[in-house]
Amino acid sequence: MTVSSLTQLNALTGGLFLLSTFGIIAMRQILGCLKMFVLQSIFLAISALLLGYLHQSIHLFAVAAITLLVKPTLIPYLLQRTVGNEVTARREISQLINIPTSLLVAVGLTIVSYFVATPLLSAAGGTTAGVNLPIGIACLLLGAYTVTVRREALPQIIGILTMENGAFFAGISIAPDLPLIAELSAAFDVLVIALVMGILTRKIHERMGSTTVSDLKTLKEV
Amino acid sequence: MGLLFILIIPLAAAALSLVSADRRFAPAITIAGALAVLVLALKTAFTVIKAGEIIAIADWVSCNSLSALILLLVAFVSLTAAVFSWGYIEVHTGPDNVKKIQRYYIRFNLFVFSMLAVVLFSQVALVWVAVELTTLMSVFLVSFDNTRQALEAAWKYVVLTCMGAAFALLGILLLYWAMKGAGGKTFTWEELTAVSQGINPKILKTAFIFILIGFGTKVGLVPMHTWLPDAHSQAPSPVCALLSGVETTTILYVILRLLPILNVSPSIHASEWFLVSGLVSVGAAAFLLIQVKDYKRLFAFSTVEHMGIIMVAVGLGGSAAHLGATYQILSHAITKSLCFFAAGTTLLIVGTREISSVRGLIRTSPIAGGAFLIGGLAIAGAPPFAVFLSEFAILRAGIAGGHYIAITLLGIFILMAFAAVMFHVNRMVFGKPPEDMVKVALPKTAIISLTMALVPVIVLGLYIPDSLYKLLRLAAASLGR
Repeated sequence: MTVSSLTQLNALTGGLFLLSTFGIIAMRQILGCLKMFVLQSIFLAISALLLGYLHQSIHLFAVAAITLLVKPTLIPYLLQRTVGNEVTARREISQLINIPTSLLVAVGLTIVSYFVATPLLSAAGGTTAGVNLPIGIACLLLGAYTVTVRREALPQIIGILTMENGAFFAGISIAPDLPLIAELSAAFDVLVIALVMGILTRKIHERMGSTTVSDLKTLKEV
Repeated sequence: MGLLFILIIPLAAAALSLVSADRRFAPAITIAGALAVLVLALKTAFTVIKAGEIIAIADWVSCNSLSALILLLVAFVSLTAAVFSWGYIEVHTGPDNVKKIQRYYIRFNLFVFSMLAVVLFSQVALVWVAVELTTLMSVFLVSFDNTRQALEAAWKYVVLTCMGAAFALLGILLLYWAMKGAGGKTFTWEELTAVSQGINPKILKTAFIFILIGFGTKVGLVPMHTWLPDAHSQAPSPVCALLSGVETTTILYVILRLLPILNVSPSIHASEWFLVSGLVSVGAAAFLLIQVKDYKRLFAFSTVEHMGIIMVAVGLGGSAAHLGATYQILSHAITKSLCFFAAGTTLLIVGTREISSVRGLIRTSPIAGGAFLIGGLAIAGAPPFAVFLSEFAILRAGIAGGHYIAITLLGIFILMAFAAVMFHVNRMVFGKPPEDMVKVALPKTAIISLTMALVPVIVLGLYIPDSLYKLLRLAAASLGR
């Protein structure tokens, strides 16, 4: 394959990655959010594969393999095991800002991320980072937005994992040869995040009978 | 080799905590481990003072003067916290609940390990992993009581700091990009400093802002501090001592290691960022301190204030202010851990965290009342304690450097915070105790731990050993270039 077609394929993957992030914001059901996250992680791995092929980098192939192993498979499994099915299957309609408005905000955040990324790209140069860096930053911001507006525990966890995915999506283009130990421990770390937050969600469910974490607001002054 | 042992010992202690079903085994092994780490940390610190940076594994594990200072503080506070935990956790969980006691000590040791790893790793990507681990290993320590409030605090803690960590991750990856652009090879602190002349300032600035927001959340800088008073008040008191006393400074250390790299290009305005975020934190904390109702939250907000003071001191720049900053790191860690031990002892006696329902503490229990009074005075910055000297050093350095506006603001905020802390402490310690107050026998380990924590608070206000002063100076020198 030629370089330009690979770059175009990567741009397509980036677009789909961003679309799946929008999907996480648009989904009404918790399980739908989780499915979108799985899709998003697969696109992250595909992008790592394409960039690995482009740069002839074994590192990125390893990153793709680790990503595929951890994010679309182990994390949903762990979350379902720890949180339990009744929480994941329940329809979630409660969020602070409604979905159409949320999607508008998401478009705004994406534009902001291009404003952040463009001066950096012109400072450094590089074609693949031109796709990955702004989309990665956008995904980071959209993840943060998801955590802020969702009232349920599991979508908040997915929001945080989305943020990490965004950082990694930018990372595979700007830091393609990070030591493998660092990549492995970062993947392990993400796994522990899912595990710890999953167990905490179950504890909250056991104690309060619900996982609407935005109702937790007893701790404050006055 | 010593550095590797420092990392291995807490891991081994965590594993060994599971071995025996005797309720005294896990705490004993934890104390032994913490003591061994403290001895090794002291040895490391002396070597660093004499011979400079120690490298255990090139490009992966090393210890410079600033890391040696934080290492020493983590080791000391984890020892006193381990001693305090013995009696406190036993009273708290009931002596029969061996499983719960074991779980506590496993998490305690893993948490200490993650903090030690932050300062000893020199590979920046691994430092990020270690910072993330400090959150993940301490979440269940925060939620240890398993009450609604503790779970709420733990949830806020993990969500906000993980969000911060994701921002910091992007910052660190951008830093790597900038370093590669400047021709750097390995992603270590040393290499970053070595190639900092060639680093593109635009990318570096964006990386810095992401890292400041991300790790600033964990340090408790306003406005990302909202989780801190919750987590630092709901956790068991020995854990609070670790969270407030050393975890915050451990993460601050990561931001501080960036300083020599940032100072190369004035267009980043790194010192202004430090100064403004520090002043905002001190100011907000000073106002929040006035209206607290819970004495553990009082000390938590005081942590926000002190982190702000350190940021201001770093932002002022110059060797005198940097020395003030390292001195403040030292004095805050030892004093804040004492405060939380005193708060924990008080909680054992009165059974409530409300300031308004505690009166005449010094009559109910001279030990708890005395410790609370000394801790309160020391953390508020009364002479002759260490915090007074370090704050004074920072104010003096600022005036000498001509930062009159910043110093005036800082001075006003420090005075406000002093008045607020003393007002609350005074109401609790003196006055007539409630009639129905029952005498509670304090665990011996609590008294031992209070004494251990009290010694440096009193001694360092009057006299700093020569070698410690040298370490502070070296650590301050590592901030400038």
